Amino acid sequence: MNYFELYNLPAQFEIDLSKLKQHYQTLQKLTHPDRFASASEQQKRMYLTKNAQVNDAYTVLRSPVSRGEHLLGLRGIELANEQETVGDVNFLMQQMEWREALEDADSVDALNQLAVENKSEVDAQEATIRALLEKNTESDNKQAADELRKMKFMLKLASEIDAKIDTLEA
Amino acid sequence: MALLQIAEPGQSAAPHERKIGIGIDLGTTNSLVSAVRSGQCVTLADEQGHHLLPSVVHYATDSIDVGFHARDNSNADPANTIMSVKRFMGRTLADVTQHWHQLPYQFSSETTSPRFITPKGEFNPIQVSSHILSALKTRAEASMGEEITGAVITVPAYFDDAQRQGTKDAAQLSGLNVLRLLNEPTAAAIAYGLDSEEEGVIAVYDLGGGTFDVSILRLNKGVFEVLATGGDSALGGDDFDHLVADYVSNTLHLDDASQKLNHRRLMNIAKQAKECLSDNTTFNGELQLLQASGETVQSNITVSLETFNELIADLVKKTIATCKRALKDADVSIDDVNNVVMVGGSTRVPLVRAQVADFFGKVPLTSIDPDKVVAIGAGIQADILVGNKPDSDMLLLDVLPLSLGIETMGGLVEKIIPRNTTIPVAKAQEFTTFKDGQTAMMVHVLQGERELVEDCRSLAKFTLTGIPPMVAGGAHIRVTFQVDADGLLNVTAMEKSTGVQAEIQVKPSYGLEESEILSMLQSSMQNAKHDMQARMLKEQQVEASRVLEAMQGALAEDGDELLNDEERSAIEASLFALVDTAKAGDIEAIKQAITKVDKLSQDFAARRMDKSIQKALSGHSVDDI
Repeated sequence: MNYFELYNLPAQFEIDLSKLKQHYQTLQKLTHPDRFASASEQQKRMYLTKNAQVNDAYTVLRSPVSRGEHLLGLRGIELANEQETVGDVNFLMQQMEWREALEDADSVDALNQLAVENKSEVDAQEATIRALLEKNTESDNKQAADELRKMKFMLKLASEIDAKIDTLEA
Repeated sequence: MALLQIAEPGQSAAPHERKIGIGIDLGTTNSLVSAVRSGQCVTLADEQGHHLLPSVVHYATDSIDVGFHARDNSNADPANTIMSVKRFMGRTLADVTQHWHQLPYQFSSETTSPRFITPKGEFNPIQVSSHILSALKTRAEASMGEEITGAVITVPAYFDDAQRQGTKDAAQLSGLNVLRLLNEPTAAAIAYGLDSEEEGVIAVYDLGGGTFDVSILRLNKGVFEVLATGGDSALGGDDFDHLVADYVSNTLHLDDASQKLNHRRLMNIAKQAKECLSDNTTFNGELQLLQASGETVQSNITVSLETFNELIADLVKKTIATCKRALKDADVSIDDVNNVVMVGGSTRVPLVRAQVADFFGKVPLTSIDPDKVVAIGAGIQADILVGNKPDSDMLLLDVLPLSLGIETMGGLVEKIIPRNTTIPVAKAQEFTTFKDGQTAMMVHVLQGERELVEDCRSLAKFTLTGIPPMVAGGAHIRVTFQVDADGLLNVTAMEKSTGVQAEIQVKPSYGLEESEILSMLQSSMQNAKHDMQARMLKEQQVEASRVLEAMQGALAEDGDELLNDEERSAIEASLFALVDTAKAGDIEAIKQAITKVDKLSQDFAARRMDKSIQKALSGHSVDDI
């Protein structure tokens, strides 16, 4: 299923988020099961399925990683099912340094500092992915898949930083 | 235009006829029912003028008594007076007795789910709840003077699948048509009429007797979107009472034995003190202390508001920490919150109000009685769902309160749908066989946030059978987990390469099987077999008229554009057949006629849906230019 099509948006990485939100509201009003509380069973089933798609599509399109992944899926590259891991040695080293920094950070301030650094890495990574997906050649798409995998690592780190801040604050 | 004659008088509802939708707050301690009357949603009173119905059921040899009478006489027959049955819903007996010791009830030893043994027979929590719901339904019918079309029933936001399913089953047993299970905090937000505001973020702080939860909602042009929920299912006003009781016991230097002996008395005076301190700065009371000899000695008890606040400060702080986490989950800041809604009797405590106001930086809304606010919101939603307000823009988007996952190797849980995902939602997961020629497979579904199977709640075990025999790893079974708007799970499975639909046998870990529901429904109508038939026939006839009405409208609107002559005449023929069958009164035949219409009109319905979506979205694009 092409989620860009469902939301009447061009199938590209860069999307208008306010338009996405606006279309989400419109689609909810059209397809939510509560609109069919006294409809026939057939309509209930049909709209329940459609509304679940509307929700999933919104989640997928809203976040850059899943949007990029979905776009690659439409271009024939499945990220979720492949066994490939990041082979970039430099990135792996970088990854280890980040992990050590996270382990060493023992104050909320230090963790916040890490979060700021992580955020700028994520933003830069997103820009790289955007550029690759715009080119849309076979090799650029492959490269984009690699970069998306790296971005997933970065975001995982971000949530671990968050979790550690939570435990320190509690 | 022959189709215009299809609607027979009395068979379909006239377009302007008002239908009655009721809202029900099925509470642990008390329950309420509400409905819209003269444009205003109000809670409905019984003949004596009571709005609250104590959620207490007394079973005698020849009667079932619900409410005040049952509660006030509970001391006389505690073993057969079931209180707080909501705590048993969707739980095993062991779960409940672990938290609540010394329950006076007698339980059947035959089942792991609790079954109360009474002189009237054995009853499970679903049946007990259905007796409370029946009393509310009867009250609503008497009060409104009309038949009830449907009900919206509220549940705590943190209720898991088993607890929700149990609540829905109970309603079905009591003969109510459930329009929706609605989360309590969402209902409260509706009650305050906040949907009339353009845009904003709402926090709902709900502190009841035994539970606390907080929800963060975003409102945009009538659409309430739940962003996050959080809470503590073991923190409430009762804990305040415990702290005050301990304090009183300490000031009186009671020893353990004396404390135990006076437990009920201490709790009662603590509750009195708490309630008094909602409006006063000091509480003075008398406690009749029971001695080992059986005599009583009077003690004067004084509790100042200051002392009370000190005692409960840590608990209140804990609720604020939960609010903080919920805001974080929702990804909104405190400044974004425009309104704070207070729900639950325990929000009458001044320190609670002050701390909440302090944290959010604004005075919380308290103008609606915190005990009634949930029922009122449910009634407003019910009125919309039965179709009395076709122009209403209000829409509620709820979230899954707890993550859904499946058991994987080593007793670990793999999350499939994370908590706070907007529902309805569907997610597919692929499984493969690990032995040559394997034709069956078991899937264990769990709900919760922890990593180990034993720390999550087991919802059901599914056995997939009918998998085509292949080499190990050859079969790819796609299992789809679908959660509907009520937060209820439904599972389907298919083998991908062959397209074979695998059979699913569900073994619910806590709830009841479909067949059990049916047999309970039948036994509740044992003396009225005829009623059962009549009810089923009526349900089918109503469904038939729904189908007819919907198809007539659809044909008039889009028949010319979306159907060729052949398709159209096939659908029309099936509709004529349905009209004839519906009149005849054979339940099975009506079902079949409806299925036939469904089958023939399936593509048409899908085309219409796609057309309406395209039209609405392209309309937006024009606006944007």
